[in-house]
Amino acid sequence: MAQFSKQGIQKSLRSIWEDSGMLVIFIVLFLLLAIFVPYFLTWRNMIGLGLSVSMVGMVSCTMLFCLASGDFDLSVENVIAFSGVTAAVIINSTNNVFFGIMLGVLGGGLIGFLNGFIIAKGRINALITTLAMSQIVRGLAFIVAGGEARSIGNAKFFVLGNGMILGIPAPIWITIICFVVFAILIRSTTFGKNTVAIGGNKEAARLAGINVDKTRMLIFSIQGLMAGFAGVVLASRMTSGQPNTSQGFSLDVISACVLGGVSLSGGVAPILGAIVGVLIMGTVQNAMNLMNIPTFYQYVVRGLILLIAVLIDQFKQQTRKV
Amino acid sequence: MIKTLELHGISKSFPGVQALDSIDFSLEAGTIGGLIGENGAGKSTLLKVLSGAYIPEKGTIKIDGKQYTFKSTKDALSAGIAVIYQELNLVPEMTVAENMMLGHFPVNKTGLIDFNSMYETATKQLQYIMEEIDPQAKIKTLPIAQRQMIEISKALLLNARIIAFDEPTSSLSQKEIRNLFRIINTLKEQGKTIIYVSHRLEEVFEICDSVTVFRDGKLIEKFEDMKKVNHDILVSKMVGREISDIYNYRERERSDVPLLSVKDFVCPGLKIPASFDLYKGEILGFFGLVGAGRTELMKGLYGAVRHSQGTVSLEGRTIQIKSPKDSIRQGIAFLPEDRKDEGIIPIRSVEENINISSRRDNLKMKFFIDREWEKTNADSFIQKLDIKTPSRQQIIKNLSGGNQQKVILARWLGEHISVLIMDEPTRGIDVGTKNEIYNLMYKLTEMGISIICVSSDLPEIMGICDRLVIMREGKIVNTILRNEMDKEQILSYALPAKHKEHQTA
Repeated sequence: MAQFSKQGIQKSLRSIWEDSGMLVIFIVLFLLLAIFVPYFLTWRNMIGLGLSVSMVGMVSCTMLFCLASGDFDLSVENVIAFSGVTAAVIINSTNNVFFGIMLGVLGGGLIGFLNGFIIAKGRINALITTLAMSQIVRGLAFIVAGGEARSIGNAKFFVLGNGMILGIPAPIWITIICFVVFAILIRSTTFGKNTVAIGGNKEAARLAGINVDKTRMLIFSIQGLMAGFAGVVLASRMTSGQPNTSQGFSLDVISACVLGGVSLSGGVAPILGAIVGVLIMGTVQNAMNLMNIPTFYQYVVRGLILLIAVLIDQFKQQTRKV
Repeated sequence: MIKTLELHGISKSFPGVQALDSIDFSLEAGTIGGLIGENGAGKSTLLKVLSGAYIPEKGTIKIDGKQYTFKSTKDALSAGIAVIYQELNLVPEMTVAENMMLGHFPVNKTGLIDFNSMYETATKQLQYIMEEIDPQAKIKTLPIAQRQMIEISKALLLNARIIAFDEPTSSLSQKEIRNLFRIINTLKEQGKTIIYVSHRLEEVFEICDSVTVFRDGKLIEKFEDMKKVNHDILVSKMVGREISDIYNYRERERSDVPLLSVKDFVCPGLKIPASFDLYKGEILGFFGLVGAGRTELMKGLYGAVRHSQGTVSLEGRTIQIKSPKDSIRQGIAFLPEDRKDEGIIPIRSVEENINISSRRDNLKMKFFIDREWEKTNADSFIQKLDIKTPSRQQIIKNLSGGNQQKVILARWLGEHISVLIMDEPTRGIDVGTKNEIYNLMYKLTEMGISIICVSSDLPEIMGICDRLVIMREGKIVNTILRNEMDKEQILSYALPAKHKEHQTA
């Protein structure tokens, strides 16, 4: 009897490990840091941590759709810069905050739509398309900004990035809302299910009556809108539109998703995993900052974490097969 | 006497399935041993154990009396076992010679690849099996039959003593099959031990010295003398019950009013505009050789490929079909020929594969997925169609071909369809499941659904169809009724003119 229950515990431990191994790793990591790193578990640091992952968090919601459908998007970092700059320039020239935000977000959406259109209808590889688009959009960001950072005059705009609700900054709330909305979209709508089916087998999905081209264009458009929105929020936080911001951000987002178990070949979309991936990346970075580890070493550590995570995942899949 | 190959108590299980259940099996040198059984019977698993791709939990493998433990395919190769799979393992962009020596390239003193010696060896080896293939040609330029010869040569270069063939004839023409058999017999005369896995019993009778039947992971019986068995005995051993007539044709009532009317239809792959009628409740066969344009016509009708001309009318109204989605809305469904690439979403569950299309009519508040409905719908089809799966959450690629086909059928039965186009519905599916699929087709026609069945399997077409359309080289050449069906006649319509001369000559 005792042995039986012991087996039962082992079995349930194993299933927790298989289903949410990364979550377990995150919790252990968090506890260790809370115990051993001074100031880690303080309200101020927690808020700082939340703010630092909010951007990656927001964009990872839509990147998850991109990856689940078997594509990816390298242009988000440049859309962020472009949309931030656009919002800044519009707000400064019209003094209309709402108008500035709208144009920033819609500009991002337009770029996303173009990505999707070229990839779906032109049958061009997503890597090439979004790589080319990222160059174009970075250039546009500098052109719109006139080559330099544009500080914003209208203080009402800063509420978006710096306002507090219940003692927590707005970007954190926005990120939480994004995760909830996109979790519902991926799990409980035909759009979400079709996205995963397309990533699993494009031709089968098409023959099953899914409008594959339309869905892919929609995925990229939403991705563009989200990146545009993230860019506007960032501009608000920085009180300026900066054309050279966020370089390397696209790969941060993709790394966080992959860390959470999203496959680059498409067909799976574990949104909880993506959240955990974002949190692990952010937490490690935060702790390294607290411990005054030089930036150069931080790069090495982040790369290693990603490698180790995918190796663990591969190992898990292999042991499951046998 | 020591047997070349000796297996004792080989067991291998996967979650929920005992794929091999203590198998004892042996073969002597210079013999051809046939392995037959339905999909999922364990033949493929056994081959994978032999090739080192799977490690069995129990049991021993002996070759020439010496015991081996294979930890990888490399171990098996060096012990002299080569398995030639249905899906050949060749690199399309590399040359014939490079593929033959992949992993064992000859190198010269400087450590660079010795191309002269490589091509020389390849030429010699190809001459040995009497194949005229340019060793410098890229694999992708060769037909399947020749690629298979490259695989065989590759195995011989590694001094394989035991060569296993997994469904080697599935994509070969009659002439190519003859050539393959000639080579297999040559190998046998040279003392190689051959394992021959096939669905085609007539081939097993033709070439094998013994035949072993597998079912549900067990070795059911080994017949050492081919003269003491016949087709019916083997089928009943494979299926585990008597099947008198797998087609089991039932008379059906057909109306004289066309349900679907196709006129002057032109789409890529057709040479002459196609016109035909499909009556309510009938099974209309489409027969022709590979390349006759059957699949292309069906894909055009379904909207998977755009048609450039012609009208399609359903129950008298002209319908516009520009995409598969339009087609499904009109009640026309399509079961693709290539299940793996066009049918299933391999890494998703049975449940998701069933509900992929019909869920849009069963949403909550027109937007959210109704989980309860999805579960119930999947479970009810799993039960109704007797889909063999541990649960609705099983990943579909782990199911056998026949059960995958049933899942795709379930996908369409959840829709309000009136026309079902089935492209090679039983290809690669075992006898027992074939019989189930035919019965299901009859049931559908009794419900008033009309079926178009494209098939290259002439006995099947003659066994189940009410009428038959014969296509040749991109055009419809004839339409005949069930009572006019005659094998020779059908073939003579289907064969191109020059083939016919060749046949009579």
